[in-house]
Formats: sequence, C-alpha cells, structure tokens
Amino acid sequence: MAFISSGYNPDKPMEDRITDIGPRKFDEFYPPVIAKNKGKWLYHEYLRPGVLVHVAQSGDEVYTVRCGGARLMSTTHIREICEIAEKYCDGYVRFTTRNNIEFMLSDKSKVDPLVKDLEGRKFDGGSFKFPIGGTGAGISNIVHTQGWVHCHTPATDASGPVKATLDELFTDFQNHRLPAHLRVSLACCLNMCGAVHCSDIAILGYHRKPPMIDHEYLDKMCEVPLAIAACPTAAIRPVKMELPDGKKVNSVAVKEERCMFCGNCYTMCPSMPLADTEGDGIVIMAGGKVSNRISAPKFSKVVVAFIPNEPPRWPTTTATIRKIVEAYAADAHKYERLGEWAERIGWERFFEKCELDFTHHLIDDFRDPAYYTWRQTSQFKF
Amino acid sequence: MAKHETPMLDQLESGPWPSFVSDLKQQAEVRAKNEANIEFQIPQDVVEDLLGVLELSYKHGRTHWKHGGIVGVFGYGGGVIGRYCDQPEQFPGVAHFHTLRVNQPSGKFYTTKYLRELCDLWDLRGSGLTNMHGSTGDIVFLGTTTPQLEEIFYELTHKYNQDLGGSGSNLRTPSDCIGQARCEFACYDTHDLCYNLTEEYQDELHRPAFPYKFKFKFDGCPNCCVASIARSDLSFIGTWRDNIKIDAEAVAAYIGGEIPPNGGAHSGRDWGPFDIQKEVIDLCPTHCMWMEDGKLMINNKECNRCMHCINVMPRALHIGDDRGVTILAGAKAPILDGAQMATLIIPFMKVEPPYTDIKEKVIEPIWDWWMEEGKNRERLGELMKRQGLQKLIEVLGVNPDPRMVQEPRSNPYIFWKEDEVPGGFKRDINEFRKYHQR
Repeated sequence: MAFISSGYNPDKPMEDRITDIGPRKFDEFYPPVIAKNKGKWLYHEYLRPGVLVHVAQSGDEVYTVRCGGARLMSTTHIREICEIAEKYCDGYVRFTTRNNIEFMLSDKSKVDPLVKDLEGRKFDGGSFKFPIGGTGAGISNIVHTQGWVHCHTPATDASGPVKATLDELFTDFQNHRLPAHLRVSLACCLNMCGAVHCSDIAILGYHRKPPMIDHEYLDKMCEVPLAIAACPTAAIRPVKMELPDGKKVNSVAVKEERCMFCGNCYTMCPSMPLADTEGDGIVIMAGGKVSNRISAPKFSKVVVAFIPNEPPRWPTTTATIRKIVEAYAADAHKYERLGEWAERIGWERFFEKCELDFTHHLIDDFRDPAYYTWRQTSQFKF
Repeated sequence: MAKHETPMLDQLESGPWPSFVSDLKQQAEVRAKNEANIEFQIPQDVVEDLLGVLELSYKHGRTHWKHGGIVGVFGYGGGVIGRYCDQPEQFPGVAHFHTLRVNQPSGKFYTTKYLRELCDLWDLRGSGLTNMHGSTGDIVFLGTTTPQLEEIFYELTHKYNQDLGGSGSNLRTPSDCIGQARCEFACYDTHDLCYNLTEEYQDELHRPAFPYKFKFKFDGCPNCCVASIARSDLSFIGTWRDNIKIDAEAVAAYIGGEIPPNGGAHSGRDWGPFDIQKEVIDLCPTHCMWMEDGKLMINNKECNRCMHCINVMPRALHIGDDRGVTILAGAKAPILDGAQMATLIIPFMKVEPPYTDIKEKVIEPIWDWWMEEGKNRERLGELMKRQGLQKLIEVLGVNPDPRMVQEPRSNPYIFWKEDEVPGGFKRDINEFRKYHQR
C-alpha cells in the first residue's frame, strides 16, 4: 500500500492549517419538513411500536421509523443505511441519543414499504439489521461503552452483553406492554463512560481484586505521587523495595482491605493492572431515572452485587434482568417507572418480587451518605 | 476462510438483535475483496485481527488493550485517544488502533452525502469501524495508526469543514436532544445553543487547560432525553414560567377515548379506558389540577413543570410561551466520590442568541473559579461539595433562593462571616473580664 498524502506537509505542520472550526452546522442536515416546521410542532403519536408521527402547526406531518442497531457499526453498514435513506427519505437520516437510527418520511404512503424493506434485511448470521421499535412503554436500545473491543480498563465486555441482553429483551423492544419506558444501560467499569448511574436497569462491569504491582517497571512508567493521589480511599503508599536481583526501586504498596477496586490508580499508572478472569464481572443496578416526570431524577441502586462474566452470552446476567423486568411488568402501575415502583412497594418487597437475594454487599458503607440509606423508621413490611 | 477462529464470538451471531459480530465479519470481507479498489492506508486485515483479539478476550475474560499513549494532532490536546494492543505479534493489524472523536452535528441529523464522505475517508485511512455514536455524542472513528492522524485531520478540516471532538481535561463535545427540530416539548433551540457554545469555546474544547473533564448537555424540557441532569457539569433544561396552554376540546377527546393517552405509548396492553382523574390529576406531584364542570383546570402557580400531564395528553396540553432554561451544575458518574446529580443554580434564564448571559454570567465565572480552586482531576461537582453551594452562589453573584435546595439545613452549624456579625470578631478580653470574673 502506497502512502497517500492528504496534502498535509509534516515539515510545515502550520502551513494552511485549519483548526478550531467545530462541527458542521446542524441546519445543513435538516430534511426540508424539519427545517420548515422547526419550533412549530404541535403533537406526536406512536402509530405502532417504532413508528411515530409528528404533526406541525402548518398541518405538515413527519413520519419516523426508528430502528435499533449496534453502536459499533461498520462503514459497510452505514452505507446500507445511506442507501435506504436515499431510496425512501431523500437522503436524510438521523441517530438518537440511544444509538437508534431514524428514517423520516413526509409521505405517509412510504411508511409501509420502508417498514417492509427494513424488516427484510438480515445479516448473514441471521440477526435483523434494522429491527423496528424502541418507542413508548417498552425497552429502547441499550446505551453502552467500549468494553473489550477498545478499552484498557473494562471489567466486562460491552457489545457482547448488550447483544445477549437485547436478544433476551427483544420482544419488549418491539412492544408497548410495560407500565412505562424502561431504560437499560451498560458501563464496562465504574468510570461509567456510559453514565449508567441513573438507569432503570444498569449493567456495570466491576473488578474485585486489588491491583497487581509491576514493581520493576512502576517508577519508569508512572508518577508515583499521582498514583498515590489517585486512590479515593488512601490505600496506596510509597515504598522503596529491593527486587530479587538486588536492585533497589521506588514503588507503591496497596493496603488491600481498603481497596474499593475502582481502578483509578490503573488509570494513572499502567503498572497497576486489576483485570482478572475470576475477579471481574457484573453488578446489576436498578431503579434510576433522569426524567423529572412525576418524581425527581434518581440514582440506580445496587440490587445484585456480582455475577461472573460468562462470555459469550452472559446467561445469568440476562436471566436476572429478565426476572426484574417481568416482576416490574406484572406489578407496577401505569406510568410508574421501575424505581418509583420499588419505592412504592418498598425495597424489601422488591427483592421478594424479583426473587433476588439480599446480601451484606448491598448495604451502603461508603462514607457519610451511607448512614442515610439505612432504615430509620419502624415502618417496614413483613 | 477467516484469519482467526472465533467460536465464542460466532455464538453472538444468532438471535434477533443486530449482531456486531456479523457486521464486523461483513466489514472484514468487504475489505478483503476490496471491490472499490481502495488503497488502504492501514492493514487490510485490521477487522480480522480485531475479531481475533476480541475472541482472545472472550477466552481470557480480560481486555487486551494497553493503556493509552500520547498521540494526537499538532496543537490539539484532545480528540485522539491512543490505543495499542498488548498482543501485537499475534494481531499486527490492530497493533496501533487509535480512536478519533469527530464532533457530531447537533441533533445527529445527517445527509447521506456527508455520511458517505466520512465513510470514504475512514475506509481509506482507518479500519472502517465506528461508533454511531460514542457515549458523549461524538462520531467515533475506531482504529487507525499514528501516521494517519494528521492526514485524517487535514482531510476533515480541508475537505469536509469538520473538526474533532474533545477528550482529556478539556471541554468535552457538547450534546443535545432533538429539541425544536422535531419535538413539541422543547422550550428552547437546543441545537443552536449547543452549536453556538461549541463554536465559542473551541479553544477550551481542543486544548486541555482544566482540572478535569467538563461537560455541557442541553435538554429541551424536563423529560431530559440526553440525561443532562445526571451526566453534565452544566445542565441546561428548558422550562417555562407562564401557563400550560389547554385545548379543552382535545382534553374532552382524551376523556372520550378518541385519542390514545401518552401518544399511544401504552398500546401493548389493555389498561382499560383512559381515566383522567387517576392517570393525570392524581399523579400530579403538586396536586395543582382538578376538573370543574367537565373542564380541566390548572393552578399554574403551583405547577412544578414535571411534564407528566403534557406527556399524557400532548394534543391537549402545551408548554407555556414565556420560555427559558433552568441551569444545574455538578453532575457526574461515580468516580471517585460517588455519583452526583446536578444541583440547581439558576432557576430561570431567558435563552436568546448570542447567549451572552449564559456565557458571561454563568459559564465563565464558574470556569474561573474551578480553574483557580479545583484540584487535579476534581470535577466541578466535587469542588462544589468541598467548598459548598454558598461559594458557587457567591461566584455567580446570584441571590440565594429556596429553589436551590431540597430543604434547609437541619444543623445550625453556620459558618458566619465576620462582616455578617455586628462589631466583627475582634474583641477585648480585658474589657470582657471587667464584667466577668475568671
């Protein structure tokens, strides 16, 4: 392969350099019906799961067909999206915050042909390329992080558990049977690039073993003071030590009983890896929300302390999520989010109805706020 | 014949949900055949090696990516994340596999022309694998080599008028909800505010000068579809301060069962006929609604704009006309001291271009304070926790307001300042002793 220059001259990096121009301006990409009616929409409706209509004051209508997709996406797949958008949508398409793909039509008669076309497209392995759904009182796409595909700190994979979970929850992606919408998110470590901490159900990768220490290299690869400062529990201290060959080096020691396995030290110091086949796995959290609807936004709570990684399909994780979804679907009131349901029935009842064990790991013991999560009333349920 | 056997990943090809494994395999095949005759600038079998290293992670239960590594484009401190494989001999195609973050357009609308241009660039100079989109909102280009970084940046800026996004201790790529483009709930133009601030603060976005990352997110209404209240250092949530507009005829149509509630969001189950008392009035968190002579009434002064009634009856109830934004600060995910939700700092502000008040009265004073006082890797919310909400109120020069708290303090340990107490703190002990024996 011959090197093809873009025009960039490495000897004169500043020559004709263009910087600080920011993104492309949004209105270049609006379909005409959007440009015309922006700020003048009247109402919307779900015609069926995955198909929306928005009606403007002008009387214009825009029909949206929403499809799920893996956020890890090849250019081959994007070109197929383009081909569909050119065939039906005059070459416009958009993506949602939850990694769904939206095809918009201003002509209602094109909805059915587009739906039929999308439903017929499958990968060679048999899965749908463009499943339609992700609206209303159902389960939308799972937002997630990189996992083993591209990240250096994960405690689990992302794309794999997401695929396995969405296979399990697929009917609810295409249905409106739940009491309210239910948002599932995955973050492959507690850095939470995916910010799963306010999801109805969160799948979180977690390490359970303190870092190993690569004494021979640590001082060469890391700033010792930064590694020490990185620890939220002050478990790391500097040490001078002798290697087996008699060489004296500066390194660190970890007070293991203080380690909360956050991996923040590893972020600052590559000589302190935590990853471990048996140690790493999944925490399930539940009951969070970001909307201000009826009740205030809330954090997800840890309801399962640990499930081992079970690649390739994480069966215990998906079965646990299924149990929570079914208990919620059977018992919650209309409009009630999972966390609102848990608070109404009481967490003791939540564990009973979801058939989950309550273990000491689920009682907060991290700093002052923990105290306020313990029950300080005689009101409880038998 | 695949380059690497992937028996575990192959099991992720079955089932209905789109399989990323199948997509990776189709991409590997397209590159191997190369019918478009592309002069690939990184290894042709990069996707096969990615499948191989991923299979190895499935076998080991551990990642095979090394810690970052400092790579980037000249003059920028963000936008590129270095990534190296820890088994480069076995998987040479992904030995260097850097990420570029490409700043997405507001609302994530695209023309296919533009998407195809990005695909052409990325097929030539990268793996052809992307995230559409990353968690913060960027278009993520996954996997290229160091010599290609400047070339990609040059083509992006020269041919496509497109810049990189943020990474590291800088302003991260701002992101927004669909907003007024296609949503009747949006109380301000999220796309324009997001774009305007992104352009205004390009220097902060590309050149890390902050203690840690800083995120803006823009939600058009309190439904918070981009989760700004949970995920951003500064959260802009659209709101209004006049009355919800009621279309009485449409209310009657909902009651009469002519229009499905909540836009038809509950169509998968028979919940019985719509009951406005049970489903709207009784669920209103402030109990500010009632029926009078068959008409829906709202005491708007008591409304806290939770959106429930509007969500349930979007054809009958509409957001008010005196619109603006509520600003909250300090949200973050758990690292390090636990997750924090954003705290309300500005109950209401009008949102009008060129957004001078938002910039000069909110963003810039907060940045000045945080850059002066924030410790290395301390998020704004952590600084707020350490120095107190009072300090931030002082920085903003706004009046304390009961809207900023859940409840007043339940301890009396007030840190009175000397100038708040008549006569100050300096006193004469001898004068005191004249009246009080030892």
